Amino acid sequence: MNGASTYSGLVDNAFWFILGSSLIMLVGITLTLIYFLVKYRRSKNPNPAQIEDNRKLELLWTVLPTILVMVMFYYGWAGFKVMRDTPDDAMEIIVNARMWSWSFQYPDGSQSAELYVPTGQPISLKLRSADVIHSFFVPEFRLKEDCMPGRENHAWFETTRDGTFDIFCAEYCGDLHSQMLSKVVSLPPAEFDRWLVDNASNISPEFLLQVKGCNACHSVDGRKGIGPTYKGLFGKTETVVTDGEVRQVVVDEAYIRHSILEPQADIVQGFDPVMPPMKDQISPEEIDILIEYIKLLK
Amino acid sequence: MTESPAGSWGRTGSYLDGPSSRTGLMGWLTTTDHKRIALMYLAAMGVFFLVGMTIGLLIRLELMQPGEQFYGAKTYNTFFTLHGVIMIFLFIVPGIPAVFGNFILPLQLGAEDVAFPKLNLLSWYVYMAGAAIALTSLYAGDSPPDTGWTFYAPYSINSGGSVSWAVLGAFVLGFSSILTGMNFIVTIHRLRAKGMGFFRMPLFCWGLYATSWIQVIATPVVGITLVLVVMERLLGIGLFDPSLGGDPILYQHLFWIYSHPVVYVMILPAMGVISDILPPFCGRTIFGYRAIAISSMAIAVVGYGVWGHHMFTVGMSDTARWVFSLLTFLVAIPTGVKIFNWTATLYRASIELRVPLLYALGFIFLFSIGGLTGLVNGALSTDIHVHDTAFIVGHFHYTMFGGAGIGLFAALHFWFPKMFGRMYNEKIATWAWGLIMVGFNTLYFPMLVLGIMGMPRRYHDYLPQFQVPHFISTVGSWILATGIILMIVNLIRSARKGRKAPNNPWGATTLEWTTTSPPPLLNFATLPEVKTGPYDFSGRKPGQSHEEGAS
Ligand code: HEC
Ligand code: HEM
Ligand SMILES: [Cu+2]
Repeated sequence: MNGASTYSGLVDNAFWFILGSSLIMLVGITLTLIYFLVKYRRSKNPNPAQIEDNRKLELLWTVLPTILVMVMFYYGWAGFKVMRDTPDDAMEIIVNARMWSWSFQYPDGSQSAELYVPTGQPISLKLRSADVIHSFFVPEFRLKEDCMPGRENHAWFETTRDGTFDIFCAEYCGDLHSQMLSKVVSLPPAEFDRWLVDNASNISPEFLLQVKGCNACHSVDGRKGIGPTYKGLFGKTETVVTDGEVRQVVVDEAYIRHSILEPQADIVQGFDPVMPPMKDQISPEEIDILIEYIKLLK
Repeated sequence: MTESPAGSWGRTGSYLDGPSSRTGLMGWLTTTDHKRIALMYLAAMGVFFLVGMTIGLLIRLELMQPGEQFYGAKTYNTFFTLHGVIMIFLFIVPGIPAVFGNFILPLQLGAEDVAFPKLNLLSWYVYMAGAAIALTSLYAGDSPPDTGWTFYAPYSINSGGSVSWAVLGAFVLGFSSILTGMNFIVTIHRLRAKGMGFFRMPLFCWGLYATSWIQVIATPVVGITLVLVVMERLLGIGLFDPSLGGDPILYQHLFWIYSHPVVYVMILPAMGVISDILPPFCGRTIFGYRAIAISSMAIAVVGYGVWGHHMFTVGMSDTARWVFSLLTFLVAIPTGVKIFNWTATLYRASIELRVPLLYALGFIFLFSIGGLTGLVNGALSTDIHVHDTAFIVGHFHYTMFGGAGIGLFAALHFWFPKMFGRMYNEKIATWAWGLIMVGFNTLYFPMLVLGIMGMPRRYHDYLPQFQVPHFISTVGSWILATGIILMIVNLIRSARKGRKAPNNPWGATTLEWTTTSPPPLLNFATLPEVKTGPYDFSGRKPGQSHEEGAS
């Protein structure tokens, strides 16, 4: 669990200091207790001393710990301050969290399901959520910040080495919370630039389904997931609940478009209303690509 | 209340006996005797604890290996929710006050009952009603609640699980808390024995006093918050749900304004228990009586200003974050003071290592780990890393279970002879204690390690790098459960068959030990008068009881 961000060392210092002094205190208290237990056992010491208090001691063990915890506070704050001050030359990446997947949007507008970054370049993250609270957590960077629906949080990091690092969702968000994983891939800058160009030119429907997070809930092969499968969807008659009323609809292009943009409007019977609204995360052209693709899944 | 009930058994004999109108089921269900109400709480909480523990074991079983082992994610999510709701709202919050506060407080004060005995019975019924409502959520609606015990919005607003019932149950349980708190405050102010000034109260009473104030002041906040959640779910009023223009962070503030102080509701009475157990087994007065008493109140007051440390990653202003961090460190100091004073109480003592003392020492050790890991959560940069990971799960089990829970076990072994008039088998009790200590650490220490490695909490499944500590932790859960079951079996058997207990088996000095074991309905043959501090051993050999000291 070696740190891999520029500030992970500062956080680790705080860890070492706090855990180290805690261990010393714990061992100290435990050994003292055991020593007293043995030394002052009743068979050895039948006549206890009735000591009620000692002002000096009381003062000592109030003041010393106060100083100690203030040092701890300082260490914690020092690392935190660096974490919160995003450098001016940082590259801005938007993090979109939604039930149970991540996507990352780069300055050129392209997207990916794993976060690619150039090593040694400060990255500024704009954290968003389409539905409930999620939390962006990369242990190796010592970085965590929540993705709140209805607001934008910020964070930043800069990697110190090439490599692949786990991303977890750390705020409980429902059924597949523990599957809401991804990776940060840190590449040498030249390689990153090549990757960015390649990635931006990828508009295959399979890629879109992955990046937009549809795969977390929908299958293309007939398996029932959290949501209905796309297989055989187009043209079929679907029973949906609209404003509490059950009705039948025939699935056409307009219905699919509407289902993606306003998922809460018509709820397919037998499913929970958990699909995140995709309005801000998907373009009309991308929807067209998906519709054409779904048509083919007979 | 002072006139004695028909017959002479009110001041002699046992509160457990009496005319047949008192010994039947109705006799129990309509009793206003604080001691019987305490036992009714004990029975109900014992059952809830065992249910909670079983669910905890099932959670650990699923986490033994990565991948789906026995059941799916949906079930897992309802399991940790139920486990948390049961353990918090039904077990550890009522906890020591409901059982030992009720039983022991009037005895320690030299009173015949609490100030409002009927209200006390009502509190028990409110508690049972709240529990019934909360458990209704298991089968009402489509599926059980799956939000975690924290009910965070907006997930709790939109979840398909029957969250409203669970939330409503917690709301009703809050009233039971408030009523009990009020009852204790008035009892402490009005019913102390003649000569017992505030600074002559046993420290357990001090712990209950601080706790009661928190219950009365903080519980209404969470009550109204939970009602707002239900209203938002049913009426869509849009306070917390951003898609309706609400603010989810507001929910978290309101929730933690109550739920942080409430961890002190759990721990302060346990600290009182420890302070009462040490003197008799050390044969000497407690070290730093005033420091311990005052630090309880300090914790209760400062504890109100630290709730934000649950929210370091939600996107609060950076200033708010460091202010909350600073305040959090301040609350650590009075806690440390207590631990140092307890340790010093063993200095030049005459120590008899009996079972209650073993539990008290176990408490000091486990709670120290809980408190020290709390420093990691209080510091900003380290909390950012461990927040919402298994480290937090480890930390709060060390404080709430290792602290308040073990404190409750300690109280049980300390006051058992008084409550049931019988002794338990000390050999079995010692074995159970050993298993509990070993199991506890095997279960929860790996969680601290896992959290630092980056394992998030509330995860049904995990990556392979986390496997070894998870496996060890699961084995620990079996050892712990074995110890707990051994402890319970021993106590239940002893309550019926144990050898008769003397009035003061530990040579303790507080008033509850001056009456018979078990006490009569009105507690004392004649109401006691107090002339010294609570832990005055002068003129008495260590281990000697009042009668022996007097003769
Ligand atoms: C969190 C899980 C989830 C995600 C992610 C998700 N959906 Fe859905 N989706 C559902 C559920 C559940 C339903 C059925 C209930 C409803 O109609 O809202 C549904 C319904 C639909 C429907 C209507 C299907 C029918 O049978 O009528 C379409 C089309 C659809 N989703 C497309 C998408 C697309 C495209 C994406 C990705 C951009 C996506 N969904 C992402 C859960 C999800
Ligand atoms: C008896 C043995 C116990 C076992 C085996 C056990 C096990 C666990 C485990 C494994 C979790 C983590 C679930 C997760 O994050 O995925 C958990 C959560 C929790 N436990 Fe326990 N526990 C036990 C006793 C207790 C006690 C006594 C208390 C209270 C004093 C308690 C309170 C909680 C709470 C509040 C949670 C959090 C639930 C949530 O995330 O919403 N547990 N327990
Ligand atoms: Cu999530």
